[in-house]
Amino acid sequence: MEAENKDVYGVLAEFRNPKELVDAAESVKKSGYKDFDTYAPFPIHGMEKAMGIKESPLGWIVLGGALTGMIGALALMIWVMGYEYPMNISGKPFINIPIYIPITFELTVLLSAFAAVFGMIGLNKLPRFHNPLFNVDRFDKASDDGFFVCIEATDSLFAEEKVTKLLQDNGATHIETVYDSE
Amino acid sequence: MSTDYQYVPEPKLVKGDHTFGSITDIIAKTPLSPTPKLWYLAFGVANVLLITLLGAIGYLVWDGTGIWGLNNPAGWGWAIINFVWWVGIGHAGTLISAILFLFRQGWRTAINRFAEAMTIFAVMCAGIFPAIHVGRIWVIYWVFPVPNQMAAWPNFSSPLLWDVFAVSTYFTVSLLFWYVGLIPDFATLRDKAKSKVAKISYGIAALGWTGSFKNWWHYEKAYMILAGLATPLVLSVHTIVSFDFAVSVIPGWHSTIFPPYFVAGAIYSGFAMVLTLMLIARKIYGLQDIMNIDIMEKMNLVMMVTGNLVAFAYLMEGFVAWYSGYIYEQGIFWLYVVGPYAWGFWILMFCNVITPQFLWFKKIRRNVAFTFVISIIVNIGMWFERFMISVASLATDFMPSAWDYYSPTLWDILTYVGTFGLFFTFFLLFLRFLPMVAIAEVKGVMPQADPHNYDEETKEFDISKTEPVVVQQEQTV
Repeated sequence: MEAENKDVYGVLAEFRNPKELVDAAESVKKSGYKDFDTYAPFPIHGMEKAMGIKESPLGWIVLGGALTGMIGALALMIWVMGYEYPMNISGKPFINIPIYIPITFELTVLLSAFAAVFGMIGLNKLPRFHNPLFNVDRFDKASDDGFFVCIEATDSLFAEEKVTKLLQDNGATHIETVYDSE
Repeated sequence: MSTDYQYVPEPKLVKGDHTFGSITDIIAKTPLSPTPKLWYLAFGVANVLLITLLGAIGYLVWDGTGIWGLNNPAGWGWAIINFVWWVGIGHAGTLISAILFLFRQGWRTAINRFAEAMTIFAVMCAGIFPAIHVGRIWVIYWVFPVPNQMAAWPNFSSPLLWDVFAVSTYFTVSLLFWYVGLIPDFATLRDKAKSKVAKISYGIAALGWTGSFKNWWHYEKAYMILAGLATPLVLSVHTIVSFDFAVSVIPGWHSTIFPPYFVAGAIYSGFAMVLTLMLIARKIYGLQDIMNIDIMEKMNLVMMVTGNLVAFAYLMEGFVAWYSGYIYEQGIFWLYVVGPYAWGFWILMFCNVITPQFLWFKKIRRNVAFTFVISIIVNIGMWFERFMISVASLATDFMPSAWDYYSPTLWDILTYVGTFGLFFTFFLLFLRFLPMVAIAEVKGVMPQADPHNYDEETKEFDISKTEPVVVQQEQTV
């Protein structure tokens, strides 16, 4: 391989099934690595514990969206119906909060949903079309029936041979070094 | 020692002997293989209907709503009926993807993608009707809270404006929810695709998804939040649609039972439509292992429950009319039964009250042919329900001198039939180019997906760990 002058992105190891993947992730975490990730075609239960992942902050982002939607909707309707363009509808008060509930609810949900989707995409740093992992042919299986661990070179403990050994000891079926460019 | 009780294991969600790889193959095969001839035929028919719709709308815009059969008491005819009907159909999709998700119903994974697609296209069909019924469609933007050239603002206390917000929010949230569910499956198709065009288009749609657990972690949270948002949303949308009627004072409309009764009816007709489409698709695309009979039975049970809720609501309408002592309410109910639209009422009773009773029988619930016929009858019945509410109540209101008989014109019919063209055009494109089952989600509910079902020593899948333990209780002497 003429990989001498290329940057190493990390070491990718394939495992046979979700159980092996969770165990491998646990052992990688115990060995002190921080910059690593596991790849599977579906979310695996218990992986967050094995990898030591913190609770997602997405809920707070959505709360922000919800409050914006709610306050925005109420402010808009109170201003329009009360001050900008008051309309006498069957002699009811101009500022009539119960009547505003449906639209307030809908706009709260709408902005929360936007916050949830774009928050998720942002937290995941997507879209990212040039991921070094896509250079690995086997990695196609990660969306089908492959289970991978990748320890990244940015980790302070990273040393190619040591990492390869660790993954081998955990029963990896394939181990490959991933380079930044092809 | 004797066994007092034991757990009966749940039937497997995916029938047959499938692995993760075979699930991918069976679902990803359809969008990645050449187009079958039958698809072109169906697409052609759908396109003809779509052109009919465009023609009918074009003529409506040209000539005005006078081309419809509207008359003086019945100022709302097929447009509102079709609007409510199509929105109702859409609700099953959100129910399956959101409410059943929150209730941890694993069987939803087989049909949620399919049902959500149906929701989106049904809401598109629904949205057309209120937009075109205003007559001057070129100023439809007046319903949005933007200042227009007359410095006029929309009336936020009108249920029709609530509809605008409800339906557009519903459409947007359903679309977002659908797309979020599709991202991992787009990645699967990107990795499986051979042709360059397919690889690039699915690749762009997948946003570079890798299946990293750090990504799944946020993804699952987002999915759960969206489900949590969509659950009250789906109930609110049909509640607000029912306010179009219930907030007015017309006898037969001004009724507090409307919101729950509309929601139940929406779920009833929505499940019927999912069944109609699913039973065809599973046969054509060979998905019997995934969209299996157990799932059909569960959907039939939901239909039975909501169908009986709807039947109960009819009963209550009669009871409340009598009990209220309000003569106009009594009059309109009596006119439903024996009046000029009694034929509609009895079709409705047959379709919506008698049909769900067949579903008490397990043999019928598990019979594909019966279910297919029932699902179509339910859809017809729910259309007549909206017909009776809209037309019969309006055409025979307080003053007999104002009554007039409403009948649709050819253009009403063509517009309604045309929306099927819109619906099926999009649905066929969906079946052709997108994974019709949520691949990642189906894999996630398979027993192999759970690390607890593996042997600690050999790390091999152990089927015995998935079987519930038989609980034995010792008898005390």
